Amino acid sequence: MSRSAAMLIMGVFTLYFLTPIWWLLTTSTKTGGEISSTAPLWFTANSAGTFFTNLGRLFAYGDGLFGRWLLNSALYAGVGALIGTVIAAMCGYALAKYEFRGREAIFNIVLSGVLVPATALALPLFLIFSRVELTNTMWAVFLPSLVSPFGVYLARIYAAASVPGELLEAARLDGSGEIRTFFTVSTRLMAPALVTIFLFQFVAIWNNFFLPLIMLRDQALFPVTLGLYAWNSQISQIPELRSLVIVGALVSILPLIIAFLALQRFWSSGLGAGGVK
Amino acid sequence: MQAMSVISTPAQAPKGAPLARRNRTSGAQRRAVALFIAPFGILFLAFYAIPIVYAVVQSLLTVEREGTFGKPRQVFGGFVQYEQVFQNTAFWESVGRVLLFGVVQVPIMLGLALLFALLLDSPLLKGKKFFRLAFFAPYAVPGVIAAIMWGFLYSPSLSPFGAVTSNVDFLGGNLVLWAIANIVTWVYVGYNMLIIYSSLLAIPTEIYEAARLDGASNIQIAWRIKIPLVIPAIILTAVFSIIGTLQLLAEPQTLRSFSSAINSTFTPNLAVYTTASVPNYNLAAAFSVVLALATFILSFVFLKSTQRKVTQ
Repeated sequence: MSRSAAMLIMGVFTLYFLTPIWWLLTTSTKTGGEISSTAPLWFTANSAGTFFTNLGRLFAYGDGLFGRWLLNSALYAGVGALIGTVIAAMCGYALAKYEFRGREAIFNIVLSGVLVPATALALPLFLIFSRVELTNTMWAVFLPSLVSPFGVYLARIYAAASVPGELLEAARLDGSGEIRTFFTVSTRLMAPALVTIFLFQFVAIWNNFFLPLIMLRDQALFPVTLGLYAWNSQISQIPELRSLVIVGALVSILPLIIAFLALQRFWSSGLGAGGVK
Repeated sequence: MQAMSVISTPAQAPKGAPLARRNRTSGAQRRAVALFIAPFGILFLAFYAIPIVYAVVQSLLTVEREGTFGKPRQVFGGFVQYEQVFQNTAFWESVGRVLLFGVVQVPIMLGLALLFALLLDSPLLKGKKFFRLAFFAPYAVPGVIAAIMWGFLYSPSLSPFGAVTSNVDFLGGNLVLWAIANIVTWVYVGYNMLIIYSSLLAIPTEIYEAARLDGASNIQIAWRIKIPLVIPAIILTAVFSIIGTLQLLAEPQTLRSFSSAINSTFTPNLAVYTTASVPNYNLAAAFSVVLALATFILSFVFLKSTQRKVTQ
């Protein structure tokens, strides 16, 4: 294949991948009327002003519901992924670095957990949470998000490859306890894997739809995706929501894009460890 | 390679760095292991194992009423729900629909991901970092948001591609499934590309030099060396794609506000959601169990069958 053919293919697909995001950006800078009356992929004369007006309306609508949703998502995905990563890393590390009875059995159970679709769990989780009267609370979305079998799997692979047994022996001789060794020495060596686990769990929670959809009734508890979904399905009754949905969609994808750009260095190397090696 | 062998044959543990030697696990270490595993173990039990058992139990129960307006009470019904599942044509139509979807969408998506990964790994491209980020960017867009966005792009009145969308009804009954396939492909190609690309990077470059000395062209190197070596990564991405296909929910559910062609049982998960909101929890639980089993079996069979081919 020639150089220009390769560049052509990549160029065409760059348009495919970026045009929808570009459209979201340009459309966020328009009034409701301008959306269908102006050039779809370009700005208008007073785009900047309209954009800030739209932003203001977005955060003001329904007593600041959108800001609330963003905070909820940050809590569910940010705190959930952080705690979930630590928990998964501890378990994966123990499975990689210690020999004990039942180790393989535990690992096999966790691995089959990887193949269980999260949406198949959503309904039974709903039934259980309604038994203990915890549906329509933050806990109902937060607690199940802490479990990441794939995180344990990644942590085990990576710990086995990157934490030398000799180092652990040395730490033991120096009188460092197992727990302290893990948090001070091993986690440093596992850093790329930890960032990868965190990011992918963050994305999984941020994108999770079924669980909040069936658990939550109170709009104030919604994550931002469910909130925008709810607004989007009301557009036919309340047409002014259309431009709010569009600008809200733009705002809601920014945190993830920023997180991916900022942590790129780490997850790209961690991804290699998880995929194949 | 290690990752795949672990996923496909769980009995073989990864032979990584040396483990703590046998018989030398002290009491302190055993306590540490318990402490390391307990938090995940408890959460896994509470939010994975118990719900699965609970779903199976619920699926075996049935609601009985004394008279038409009597108090409902749950009694053991054996396989009554499962008989209903098998007689429910709407559910099986939805299963057929996502299988058709998967058979078409997954190979196209993974084929593109492989092509992009090979191009990124080839000496032909300039600006690799830009392409990598541009292709991966849609992965940061949640399914719901992607569906909202594309829903507007498909709509004749709003779309920047009005010339196309006013002539082709992407949201009509014939095309809406493929409109969803496009959204899913758009979101996930870059992610799969990166997984395959990172395994291409792990191949030692001496292999290519040897092949070049033997007079192999770039395409021959890609076809004969690179692709066979990244098959484990492709299998991994395929398994996750199969699981994802059977789980389809956010995209069709969101597109329902743009398209009347998506009914309440368009995908199996939508059928579960619809049945649960009736509410008929027992039947919905039976749907969930059948769906989880089907996913599990499909991924497992796929892993096993491809593994045999790889080792041959």
